[in-house]
Amino acid sequence: MKSWLSVVFAAALFALAGCAQPAPPYDYTAFTRSNPRSILVLPPLNSSPEVKAGHGVLAQVAFPLAESGYYVFPVAVVEETFVNNGLTQPDDIHAVSLEKLYDIFRADAVLYLHVREYGTRYQVVVSDTRVTLDGRLVDLRTGEQLWNGTATASSTERHSGNQGGLAGLLAQALVEQIVHSMADTTYDIAGMADNRLLHAGRSHGMLYGPRSPLYGKDSPQAK
Amino acid sequence: MPAFALRFALILATVLLVGCGPGPQHLYTWGDYQPTVYQYYQNEQGGPEEQIAALEKVLEQARADNRPVPPGLHAHLGLLFARGGNGGAAREQFLEEKALYPESGPYMDFLLSSKEAAR
Repeated sequence: MKSWLSVVFAAALFALAGCAQPAPPYDYTAFTRSNPRSILVLPPLNSSPEVKAGHGVLAQVAFPLAESGYYVFPVAVVEETFVNNGLTQPDDIHAVSLEKLYDIFRADAVLYLHVREYGTRYQVVVSDTRVTLDGRLVDLRTGEQLWNGTATASSTERHSGNQGGLAGLLAQALVEQIVHSMADTTYDIAGMADNRLLHAGRSHGMLYGPRSPLYGKDSPQAK
Repeated sequence: MPAFALRFALILATVLLVGCGPGPQHLYTWGDYQPTVYQYYQNEQGGPEEQIAALEKVLEQARADNRPVPPGLHAHLGLLFARGGNGGAAREQFLEEKALYPESGPYMDFLLSSKEAAR
């Protein structure tokens, strides 16, 4: 009985250690120096066959970025501005110079997203709905890259335990949040991928922004 | 006694697990803001009136929560008003966005000087 008890204690310690993982080093020097307050998110490039992919991802970037303490420019309003200026394709929008973007939006940083996978693969036993995207944050005045990352979310992980640490918990939180949203599984998975890519406080992730109470407390390099 | 200690250990384990998750407290009241933006992209699903109503519901909910609405919500609402031909209401929303979030100031000024808002 006593040894069984120690197993439970060990499990508790393991749980604690599991979420206190020291982040492997990521160079946040440029990020900290730039210290962005506001982020302009451009319509994503899309190399998946799904035409809705870009908008599915774009519609859900505000949550992780704003909750991490940034001002996020309204994505649909921004896209409308591009359309009014004759730019309807993400490729064309990504090619707009930083000077021009700064002129109109006065954002501190711009986020370039690329959707690599978006959709469902039907397999014999289970089908796998998967979204993979990567992002690159660039200082709008200096052109310096501040951060880049990649994330995947899949429908197959929903049923397994919380092996993902903070990512898993974020994903679970999102699942609760989307229960009453549209019956569009890939859209839901895209939201998970967005959170995983863009929510601050993750290993190799974004830093917290000035509007967050955790601003400046998230990485030793950030101080 | 061992059962007692066991229960304590289990509670401790639970507290530790919960303790490292993100707090349930969000900075903003989101409501259906993001689904409404997605709906905007899928033009076929309802006109601006329905989406305007959805965002006004988020505004109400935020007032009840005593929490701010997320960055961009007022500006998006302004876009919907402009789409529906209500330039006056659109301008009001762009000004509200600017007042709440000074980071958006220059861009809101740009929108206010553009033809959509002037309609």
